[in-house]
Amino acid sequence: MSVSRIARAVAVKDLRIELRSRIVTNQVLPFSGLVMVMFAFALDSDDVLQDVAGGLVWLATIFSLFILVQRSFAIEVSDGALDSLRVAGVDPQGIFLGKSISLFVQLIALEVVLFLTAVVLYRVNLGGSGLVLLVTCVVSATAGLAFVGTLYGGLTAGARGRETLLPLLLLPVVAPVLISATRATEAAFTSNGVTVSEGWPWVAVLAVFAAVFGLGGLLSFGSLIEE
Amino acid sequence: MTTTELPAIKGVGTQATRLYGVLALIALGWVLVGGLFFTPEDVVQGDAVRIMYVHVPTAWTAYLAFIVTGVASACWLLGKKHSMGFDRVAGASAEVGVAFMALTLISGSLWGRITWGTFWVWDPRLTTTAFLFVTYLGYLAVRGLGGSPHQRARRSSVVALLAVLEIPLVHFSVVLWRSLHQEASVLSPDGDIKMDGIMLFTLLFGVFGFSVLFAWLVSHRQRIMAMHDAQRASALEVAMADRLQEASS
Repeated sequence: MSVSRIARAVAVKDLRIELRSRIVTNQVLPFSGLVMVMFAFALDSDDVLQDVAGGLVWLATIFSLFILVQRSFAIEVSDGALDSLRVAGVDPQGIFLGKSISLFVQLIALEVVLFLTAVVLYRVNLGGSGLVLLVTCVVSATAGLAFVGTLYGGLTAGARGRETLLPLLLLPVVAPVLISATRATEAAFTSNGVTVSEGWPWVAVLAVFAAVFGLGGLLSFGSLIEE
Repeated sequence: MTTTELPAIKGVGTQATRLYGVLALIALGWVLVGGLFFTPEDVVQGDAVRIMYVHVPTAWTAYLAFIVTGVASACWLLGKKHSMGFDRVAGASAEVGVAFMALTLISGSLWGRITWGTFWVWDPRLTTTAFLFVTYLGYLAVRGLGGSPHQRARRSSVVALLAVLEIPLVHFSVVLWRSLHQEASVLSPDGDIKMDGIMLFTLLFGVFGFSVLFAWLVSHRQRIMAMHDAQRASALEVAMADRLQEASS
């Protein structure tokens, strides 16, 4: 089977499992919504919330990323599913791409809800040109997060203490995404007097990040899960 | 009741490590005496400048250590034989690097408190250094995941190479972040310091001393790791020999 067909099969399988188990809709979504409300309690000021809304949305996304990555590999590790895939000679690049795609789709769904929450709860402004920037930023940032998440998820899959190890490994790596996506989102919301056009250089950083880790993942995922 | 025993080992020192050790002791002895007594106070910073004699060499050594880790990991991964020596050097070097980076961060923030009036500023270089520290803590955690030495080497070499990818990205985005968000800090960390001859000499001696200390620590540590791996590998044989003896007695 070609890499793209394997990727599609793995992604469809993962998404179907998520759709049926309803963990994302019933647990991860409410969790990230709650985080947004908690931020509002902690910061307790409409003006501050408006200014930092972009950062809060991305922080909530990254917290949820940990949960989603752990879910994504928990289903592979239980019953030795990942071992079976490997023994069956499935191309690891296909597995990497497939799991990244399914993570990407789940994260996008989550972010749509988070941004809607931000618009409602934090009262941010979003104009037409801001929306174009926001969509581009979300797509490129999420691609980067999905690649990195899959890469480090595969690395820690099956290891002792992976629940605690994953955030330790992932947080420093996703720092560039947090910085860039926050700045681009701020520009899209025109908070802090930033204009929309100032956000585009940050989207370029996000795209580079996604490309670097997409390529890095394709090259190294095989040796990470082959044991 | 072990019957098969590992050969008795007296230590992990060799002629070469003894030489490094003595060299490091002499150099660091000079840094201690020269840094505290012989070098003059700085016009602006006063006695606080003496922290530099430790801070700069430890920072340099930590960066050197992480470069060694990256190169050794690449050698392990790309080498045909996957020689475990590379993996042990990578691991030992990262351990020493993390320790030295911690010293750098501590001495730097103490200096900052005296000179800038604050322990920490969100300067790009400081921020990148902090990320480097956390990244290699993660690397060490991956090494501690368990499994066979080969598994450990494979996982950790990939993580080390990913760190090499990640660090320029972190640095670049942090630089961009600060440059867009805040005017340059009141005092840049490398503010113009006109350096007296003896100060420069002591500083360079410090860099030399800490580099030799690094070599000394890494060569000992990697040999200890080799012994540890050998002991683990022989544990099964030892256990089997014990059971056999139990059965026959």
